[in-house]
Amino acid sequence: MKKSFRILAVLLLAAVLLPAVPARAAEAGGSINVYNWGQYISDGTGGTLDVIAAFEEATGIQVNYTTYDTNETMYTKLKTGGSSYDVIIPSDYMIGRLIAEDMLEPLNFDNIPNYQYVDESFRNQAYDPDNTYSVPYTWGTVGIIYNTKYVDEVTSWEALWDEAYADKILMFDNNRDAFAIAQLLLGHSLNTEDQADFEAEADLLREQKPLVQQYVMDQIFSKMEREEAWIAPYYAGDYLTMYAENDALAFSHPEEGFNLFIDAMCIPKGCTNKAGAEAFINFLCDPEISGQNLDALGYSTPISAAKEYMDPETAASPVAYPDEATLARGQAFSALSNDATQRMDALWLDVKTGGSNTTVYLVAGAAAVVVLVALLVFLQARRKRRKARRGSSRA
Amino acid sequence: MKSRWLSGPYILWMALFTLIPLGIVVYFAFTDGAGGFTLANLARLGDYLPILLRSAWMSLVASAVCLLIGYPVAYRIAHAKPSRQKFYYLLVMLPMCMSFLLRTLAWVALLEDTGILNNLLRAIGLTPLPLIRNSGAVILGMVYNYLPYMIMPLYTVLVKLDPRLIEAAQDLGCTPRQVFTKVTLPLSVPGIVSGLTMVFVPAVSTFYITQKLGSPGSVLIGDVIESQFKAAYNPNLGAAISLVLMALVFLCVGLMNRFSGSDGEEGVATL
Repeated sequence: MKKSFRILAVLLLAAVLLPAVPARAAEAGGSINVYNWGQYISDGTGGTLDVIAAFEEATGIQVNYTTYDTNETMYTKLKTGGSSYDVIIPSDYMIGRLIAEDMLEPLNFDNIPNYQYVDESFRNQAYDPDNTYSVPYTWGTVGIIYNTKYVDEVTSWEALWDEAYADKILMFDNNRDAFAIAQLLLGHSLNTEDQADFEAEADLLREQKPLVQQYVMDQIFSKMEREEAWIAPYYAGDYLTMYAENDALAFSHPEEGFNLFIDAMCIPKGCTNKAGAEAFINFLCDPEISGQNLDALGYSTPISAAKEYMDPETAASPVAYPDEATLARGQAFSALSNDATQRMDALWLDVKTGGSNTTVYLVAGAAAVVVLVALLVFLQARRKRRKARRGSSRA
Repeated sequence: MKSRWLSGPYILWMALFTLIPLGIVVYFAFTDGAGGFTLANLARLGDYLPILLRSAWMSLVASAVCLLIGYPVAYRIAHAKPSRQKFYYLLVMLPMCMSFLLRTLAWVALLEDTGILNNLLRAIGLTPLPLIRNSGAVILGMVYNYLPYMIMPLYTVLVKLDPRLIEAAQDLGCTPRQVFTKVTLPLSVPGIVSGLTMVFVPAVSTFYITQKLGSPGSVLIGDVIESQFKAAYNPNLGAAISLVLMALVFLCVGLMNRFSGSDGEEGVATL
């Protein structure tokens, strides 16, 4: 008894002291919570720059870094609350939605002097017309990544519907990017809100589903590198990372057009260290940091001055920096109305969860229920019989 | 008096972390995004009926396979030397020391088209097999992950089985086969029931296994609930589906306990 009491006391003491440990580490310059896409900052692997470590060293501010895999996941996390973030890096259309729902803090540009390096062509975009809430982090294009060993040259999104590649096709696991491909194939605008358009797009995606190996986001890296899958739509910047691992991979900007996106840094409402967050944003806009960071990531920099600090081969890559003629085919996303977003969500979920062989399972499910009931009835009957027998033997 | 006082902390815990969240689930299920009362969420459940039935069917199969594999194992452990029993029991529990996610990912690495097994087949000149992305792989994942939940209650029941009953049966002329079917098996029914329940309940609401081992066409109800919360941000519909699933699970468990409590009144409650 005494011994267990002592153990309890030690545990209690530990519980009291534990929270004190991280608190002390944060004393120097406070800490910030950064919430970013997965695999979206140079982390020092393979001799690249460790951006977060460099920032912590330069400013004494500690970074708690967590990641998400889609804009929608990030939105849900912000919306449901329970955690506070100081810096988030969503895409254009999601920033528009966050602004519309009053979920972002206006930035104090006095604390972000490096904003001067951001190219004029990336300022004041449609999603944030006066550039009050966001500072561009990267930009890029969406295209088709394919393995030249198994797949013929790709020029159209139709390749993702090609039965020759059945079960080797990956597809986006988020509604906006997935619908965009169907929209481009059907000639719809990427920002349509028309229900008939949505339905037609969903039908096209349903048609593709039996050929799809999996709906993925960042799992695409290992799947394409190890040739588990042969063809997939994804972001151009990530293609460069995959190509470094497997040089049979190729990239195509399809002829029907593609999404041209900007991901920008924002500060959500409810942040606890706004000055620290602005210092972080400022640090990432430093041309030298941006150059080295995005050189490692493969995504395109909105800061022309950063190109000097990049590997010249990356800076000249037609995948990361397509020519004017190609860029002209790009279309940007804008924020959809809440109603349209919900309608698209519902259709997307329906595409993903709708079963192809529904009747088989209806029959199987019903059969299972029948078997279960029969078993229970049998057990019940047996029990009654036994009771009756026991009763008679006693009498 | 004293024992009632001691159960206080648990009752408080239950109230705070089980009953209140349950209340919130019910609240969400019957309201819309703006907080007004609605039955629309429950009305939409019809769309998900095939998926619900598929989930029930697959977890039923997984439970049955677990029983077929788990019973002999539990029987063997219960009849091993007492000094060995602890060791065997530990072996059964060992996989559970590792994260459920990692264990499932390990199966992916084994079964993939370019995975370890298929590479091995290719190396010895055979054609690779479609091992992953089918119902079989999902059931395999369920069986692998939930098998210990079947073995544990079976072992507990079997090890407590009075050896004198078996000796008596043998003395009265039972063949080993009869001893098993007339004595051991009926007496282990409570273990079978709680094993089936403990496998079926987590299996029917599972979501990660299907995403990793199943095909995109084979989502289960757990995946639907997850995506309602994670991707679609429709907690109301998610709560409604959860509520129905919960009700069905309670119904199944209740029925099973009621019918199987026939021979031994105790034991079933060990759940």
